[in-house]
Amino acid sequence: MVLKTSRPVGIIGYGAYIPMNRLKTSEISRVWGGCTEPIEEKAVASIDEDAVTIAVECARYAIKRAKIDPREIGAIYVGTESKPYAVKPCGTIVAEAIGATPHVTAADYEFACKAGTEAFQACIGLVSSGMVKYAMAIGADTAQGRPADPLEYTVACGGAAFIFTLKSERTLAYLEGSYSYVTDTPDFWRRGLEMYPRHGNRFTGEPAYFRHIIGAAKGLMAELGHGPEDFRYAVFHQPNVKFPVKVAKRLGFSMDAIKPGLIVPYVGNTYAGSTPIGLAATLDVAEPGDRILVVSYGSGAGSDAFSFVVQDAIMEGRPRDLPVSAFIARRRYIDYSLYSRMRGKIHL
Amino acid sequence: MRPVYIAGVALTPIGEHWELSLRDLACEAALKALEKAEVERIDALYVANMGAAPLQSQLHLGALMADALGLYGLPAMRVEAAQASGGVAVHEAHLAVASGLYDSILVVGVEKMSDALPQEVRSALAMAEDQEYTAYTGVTDVGLCALLHRLYMERYEAKPEEIAALAAISHEHAVGCPHAQYPFRVSVERILSSPMEADPIHMLECSGIGDGAAALVLTADRGDVEIAASTVAVDHFFLTERGDPLILEAVRAASRRAYERAGISPRDVDLVELHDSTTIMGILSLEDLGFVEKGFGARYVSEGNVRRGGELPVNTFGGLKARGNPVGATGVYQVAEIALQLLGEAGRCQVEDAEVGLAENLGGIASTASITILRRR
Amino acid sequence: MSAPRYWREIKYRYRLMGELCTECGAIVFPRRSLCPHCGCRELEECKLSETGTVLSWTVIQHPPKGYEKYAPYVIALIKLDDGAQILSQVVDVEPEEMRVGLRVEATFRRVREDGSSGIIEYGYKFRPIIEEP
Repeated sequence: MVLKTSRPVGIIGYGAYIPMNRLKTSEISRVWGGCTEPIEEKAVASIDEDAVTIAVECARYAIKRAKIDPREIGAIYVGTESKPYAVKPCGTIVAEAIGATPHVTAADYEFACKAGTEAFQACIGLVSSGMVKYAMAIGADTAQGRPADPLEYTVACGGAAFIFTLKSERTLAYLEGSYSYVTDTPDFWRRGLEMYPRHGNRFTGEPAYFRHIIGAAKGLMAELGHGPEDFRYAVFHQPNVKFPVKVAKRLGFSMDAIKPGLIVPYVGNTYAGSTPIGLAATLDVAEPGDRILVVSYGSGAGSDAFSFVVQDAIMEGRPRDLPVSAFIARRRYIDYSLYSRMRGKIHL
Repeated sequence: MRPVYIAGVALTPIGEHWELSLRDLACEAALKALEKAEVERIDALYVANMGAAPLQSQLHLGALMADALGLYGLPAMRVEAAQASGGVAVHEAHLAVASGLYDSILVVGVEKMSDALPQEVRSALAMAEDQEYTAYTGVTDVGLCALLHRLYMERYEAKPEEIAALAAISHEHAVGCPHAQYPFRVSVERILSSPMEADPIHMLECSGIGDGAAALVLTADRGDVEIAASTVAVDHFFLTERGDPLILEAVRAASRRAYERAGISPRDVDLVELHDSTTIMGILSLEDLGFVEKGFGARYVSEGNVRRGGELPVNTFGGLKARGNPVGATGVYQVAEIALQLLGEAGRCQVEDAEVGLAENLGGIASTASITILRRR
Repeated sequence: MSAPRYWREIKYRYRLMGELCTECGAIVFPRRSLCPHCGCRELEECKLSETGTVLSWTVIQHPPKGYEKYAPYVIALIKLDDGAQILSQVVDVEPEEMRVGLRVEATFRRVREDGSSGIIEYGYKFRPIIEEP
């Protein structure tokens, strides 16, 4: 069912952050042998970074781009599956770090890789209902990859923040509608005290990723009366290179449409940051009038689909801060031993 | 104000005294000093110490040491000013006797650093700095000195070997010193090839970790060494708020006042015990004590002027680097050493015809400076 | 560190909040009851500049307790663009890349944690300014 707001909602600011360390997949192969992923390298958080610090960075960039007073932010939701505290929200630390406290609601969302877009849905609701003026949704992760597991080649760190408000000439893009498609599908999960997740390998494909993304995308497009030709760009959740390319093709989108948002070959799968960063990278190049389809996927499982239309204000708002490409270009290569240390795989 | 004299001094060797506790060390030095002083009674006990609280979980050292020494009923307390505790304890004792209130005071400086692991010792030493904004960055005492060391080299174009020379000469002076922790020569080359402790400071430019106790008996009449002046001054606690981080204002203020009270100028000083916790602190000290112009200290040292036979003998028993630096006790060691020099009891370390000596003891990044000037009676 | 002691400094550590002396105009950090330069007691809360220049730096090889996980790390004396000075770690940089005069900006990082069950302490660190490619 399409989620349409009673009053139109737009994005007034956005910002992404990707840590600078890079581990080449060839380095992982050197240690464990055999990688068939077309991903070159992945972003690795430094030892003093975590989902909270990444969320703070994104939030600060989003505020700069939005040019708003952080005290007017009424809600801050952080979507992540790598919470530093099991109990104590990242949201409160972010709120304090950006100066939004105490008149704010804050919490964390968990829905694997779509936790960030879950936060989008909540923010959109709060804003359009008139409950808050500005609401910030952040998707940020420093998820862990089990050593020697195929997912170790792709799991990466990063995030992006989006500030929603009622549509106006100041908003950079507005929302036409969203659509969520959720079922109980155990394709990938992590139990409470475990450090690493487990997954169903090929089961994570058709019954999981493809079913939910296609379900949400088709549902949204049908209800809005759009076809793939109406969208200039599309951003799909990118756990690897193959899946988003394949689902784009199946839904009728060209490579050109998904290219700007396809950052996984350079930085890996940033989990809850994946779709949000993809959207940020697309907004970095989109022009007024462009329609963008965004479809996330979170294991467990579900997809959130959004249709955004870019507004004139993007031309002024975009250069206010760093594009995603700045973070992709900022790199320092590390080896597997330093990566193991940074990711806490070596216990002191 | 009446004159104050040193009637007896005693020093334990500095090293890793695994079998000796804080009490054991303090008593060894204190009892020996009392013996030498031959006073009838002690009117007060001051204990100088920095690390017993974090390292031995021990506070209330005044009462503890008085009890260990069989002294009851008298005033006893710990004096703490981080690494300047020793010098400041001497200051307190001096003013108590000079005021006429007490006739004889026992000052004991004691420290046991080998009880704890190196990272615990580093944390304890960092307690000399602000915990919330300075120590919170993870900086260490040597790290703060390193910031000054780099600034000094950049501004005055001083060479690493010129600054390192202070450590080499200090080691020369420790040869034959019975209480020195490292009584052997170390060359400038060896110093500069030692690993970086905190770039650009090399490991062999930093004083080590050691245990030790030193004691003095101050009296109103007995003793052949007079305390000509004892002063203390503080500077901005935060390096970031100082006008010029390469000027140790606390040293300038305390030494200026000390020279005035003693009625002398730097020229009259025959030997100096510097606070060379790291070489750069020793260099900056030489300059702010008024012996060398700012920026020329390193060159002055590297030219050999500070050797025992030179123009201005410095660290005559090895200084903090070679004699050792059991932090809270160091200031008392310095004063005791000068007393030995003035009494002609310095053995192989003797400076000829020493009449006036100056001890400089610093706390933290020179946030506290204590200056003691001794004169032969 | 105890939770109350950590909590008390949050605003200042997270957002680089200091004070402005209404008498002499000095920026005071950390906060005080009176201006360390002129003694005036009328101080107003203000935000420090987030960019600055490195005045001096070092590398901590042997850290104090609690910081072992992060060593070695760079510490620098930084002059902020508003004139205030600050002591801070510099991250995202190799020691070989450090130099006096490096332009840096504030970032938000983990400082240390109280074991695996205690609180996580965050605060400011600085890094070379990220520019557009």
